[in-house]
Amino acid sequence: MRCPYPRLLIASCIVGLAVALVVGGGCAKPQPQQVPGGPPKVGEMPVPQPAGEPIKVGAIFSVTGPGAPLGEPEKFAAEMIEDAVNKAGGINGRPLKIIIEDDQTEEAKAVLAAKKLIEQDKVCAIVGPTMSGTTLAIVDSCQKAEVPLFSCAASAKITHPVKKWVFSSAQTDVLAVQRIVEYLKQQGTKRAAIICDSNAFGQSGAEQLRKQLGEAGIQIVDEEKFATKDTDMTAQLTKIKAQNPEVIICWGTNPGPAIIAKNMKSLGITAQLINSHGVANQKFIELAGDAAEGVILPCGKLLVADELPDSDPQKATLLKFRKDYEAFTGKPVNTFAGHAFDSLQMVLQAIRKAGDDRAAIRDALEQTKDFVGITGVFNLSPEDHNGLTKDAFALVVIKNGTWTQVK
Amino acid sequence: MSAERKREILGFAVAVAIVAALPVVTRSAYWLSIGVFIALHGIVAIGLGLLLGYAGQVSLGQAAFYGMGAYGSAILTLHLGCNPWLAMGAAAVATGLIAYVIGVPTLKLHGHYLAMATLGIGIIVRILFNEGGHITGGPSGLPAVPNLAIGGFAFDNDLRMYCLAWPIVFLQVVFSRNLLRSRLGRALRAIHDSEIAARSCAINTAKAKVMVFVLSAVYASVAGSLYAHWVNFVNPHPFSFPFSLELVVMVMVGGAASIWGPLIGAAALTIIDQSLLQLGHVFPIAEDLDIVLFGIIVVLVLLFMPRGLVRGLSSQEAERRAG
Repeated sequence: MRCPYPRLLIASCIVGLAVALVVGGGCAKPQPQQVPGGPPKVGEMPVPQPAGEPIKVGAIFSVTGPGAPLGEPEKFAAEMIEDAVNKAGGINGRPLKIIIEDDQTEEAKAVLAAKKLIEQDKVCAIVGPTMSGTTLAIVDSCQKAEVPLFSCAASAKITHPVKKWVFSSAQTDVLAVQRIVEYLKQQGTKRAAIICDSNAFGQSGAEQLRKQLGEAGIQIVDEEKFATKDTDMTAQLTKIKAQNPEVIICWGTNPGPAIIAKNMKSLGITAQLINSHGVANQKFIELAGDAAEGVILPCGKLLVADELPDSDPQKATLLKFRKDYEAFTGKPVNTFAGHAFDSLQMVLQAIRKAGDDRAAIRDALEQTKDFVGITGVFNLSPEDHNGLTKDAFALVVIKNGTWTQVK
Repeated sequence: MSAERKREILGFAVAVAIVAALPVVTRSAYWLSIGVFIALHGIVAIGLGLLLGYAGQVSLGQAAFYGMGAYGSAILTLHLGCNPWLAMGAAAVATGLIAYVIGVPTLKLHGHYLAMATLGIGIIVRILFNEGGHITGGPSGLPAVPNLAIGGFAFDNDLRMYCLAWPIVFLQVVFSRNLLRSRLGRALRAIHDSEIAARSCAINTAKAKVMVFVLSAVYASVAGSLYAHWVNFVNPHPFSFPFSLELVVMVMVGGAASIWGPLIGAAALTIIDQSLLQLGHVFPIAEDLDIVLFGIIVVLVLLFMPRGLVRGLSSQEAERRAG
C-alpha cells in the first residue's frame, strides 16, 4: 500500500488555506452596525414590545454573484427596516420577521429560494429579486402559488403585461427616456445621435429612444453601438461627428459612457452629451474626470436630495432614509437600497391595513396611493403594477465634480 | 442470473425507491423542485459522463446545448405556436446536428481540441441568445413559455414535473447502460482503455467519439427543454460558461465512466449547495463559502478518489473486504 501522507499533507494545506481565507474574508466584511444613540428613549414614548406569532415576509436578493453590488445594499435596507419596525412595536402588535434568501444571481437558485419561502417558511409576501432575469424566472411560481411578489428589478417585461400577483418598484427606462425627451423638446432640439451599449440595458434604452424621439419629431442622425468591454469609441464618435448632431445620447453603464465622454473631448465634439441613469453614480465622475463636466443625465432624486426644493414631497423621506441607512451600515446610501426600501415598505403598509393573508395583501397593494418612496411617488392600480411617472427622475448636470439639478 | 446482474438490478431498484419515496414523504414544492433540478442536471451530467469517461473528451459547452434545448422549445412554442413535445423533439434534433458538425472535424484530432471548440461554441451561443432581438427576447429573455401537457393534463406543478423528469432519467439510465453493451459501447470501452489498441482492431474511433458527443448534446437539449417548460421562462444567463464548468465538476465528483456517478455528483452538489445557503442563515460568516467548498471537494476527490465518489467508495469497500 502506498503511503498516504503526502496526499494528506497537500489536502490539509488546501483545507487550512481555504478556511483561513473564508474566516479572514468573513471578518473583513463590514457588519451592519447598530444605530448610534442606543435603544429608543423609554421616557419619551413607551413602545409596547411586539408579541405573538411573527409576521413573516420573504426577501430574495443577489447578495453574491454578479448582482452583488445591487443585492447587498438591498439586504442591508431590509435588515434596517426589520430592526426599526420591531423596535417601534412591530406590525399590528406582532413582531416582523424578514427571511432573506441569497439567489447568487442565478435563475435556478431564485426558483428554489421562492419555493422555499412559499412552502417551507410560509411567508405572506416576497420582496425582490434584485435582477430582471431572476425575477422573471420566479414570476410563474408566485402566480401559481398566489403569493404577492414585489420586485426590485426594472425590466418592462415584469409589469407589462400586468400580472395579478407581481409588482415592481424600480423605474423603467421608458420613464427615463420620457424625462430626456421632455427636456429636448423644451430646448427645441431637432437633431440627435444615439450611441448605446450592446447589453440588455443599452439595447432596451436604444429601443425606447428610437420610439420616443420619433414620436417627438426629433431626427436621429446616426445610431452607433459599443460593446461593454470596449476601451475606445473614437471610430463611432467620428462617424457621429460627421453628422453634426446637436445632442449625443449615450445609454450604458460604466466604464463605456465615461470613455465616450473622454473621447468626445479629445475629438473636440461640442454637441451636448446626455447620459442615462445607468451612470448616476460617483464612479462615472471619477472615470471621466474633466470630461464629465456639463454632462446631463436623468437620475433618482436620492442623489440630489439636498438640492430639492422643500416643496418636493420626497425630500423629507429621502433625507431620513439616507441618514438612517448610513448610520445603520456605515456606508454611503445607494439607489438599489432605495428599491428594496420602497418594495418592502409598500408590502408592510399593505400588511398593516389587511393583515397577513396573501390575497388581502395583494388587494391592498393594488390600492396603494400616493406612497412617498425613495424612487418616486407610487400610485398603483389594477392596470399599473409599477405606479411611477417620469417625475421619479430628476434631470441633473455635472458641475465641479458634483450633481446639480438642471434648472 | 450472474452476481453482477443481480447487483445492477438491486442498485436500480434502490434508486427508483428513493426517488419514489420523496413525494410520499413530502409534497413541499421546495423539496420537489430540488428533486427536479437534480433530475435535469443529472440528465446533462450522465451524457457528459459518457463523453468524459468513455471517449476521454471534455466538453466545456454543455450549458450551451442545454440552452439550445431551452431556447428551441421557447422559440418554437411562442413564435410558431408549435406543440411543446414537438418543439422539444425538434430542438433535440437540431442540437444533435450542431454537435455533429462540431464533432466531426475536432474529434479526428488528438488531444483536447473538443474542449476548445465547445468552449467557443458556448460563447457564440451565449452571444446569439443575447443579440437575437425579438426572436430570443434579447438579454431579458422570453417569458410565458407554455407547460408540457398530455391531452388536458398539464405538467404545471412541481409534483407533476417531478413525476415526468425522473422516469426520463431512468429511461436514460437504461438506454445508456444498454448502449455501453452494444457494438458502439464495446468500441468506447476499448477506446477508454487504449485508443491505439482500439484502432488496431479496426474500430473507427473518431466515429464512436462523435456518436457519444452527439448523444451527450441531445441529452443536454432534452433537459434544457424540460427546464424551459417547467420554469416557463428562458434568458441567456443560466446557459453560460459557469454552468458548463459546474457540470464538469458534477461528473468529476460523482465519477465519469459509470452511469450512476454523474447522477450522484449532480445530487451531491445540488444538495450541498442548498444546505450551505440554509446554513448561512445560522452562521453568516461567509457568503461565498460554496465556491470555496466546491474547490475543496474537487481537490479532495481528485486526490483520494480519482475515479469519483461511486467507484471510490465501492473500491474502498472491496479493499476492506479483501483486507
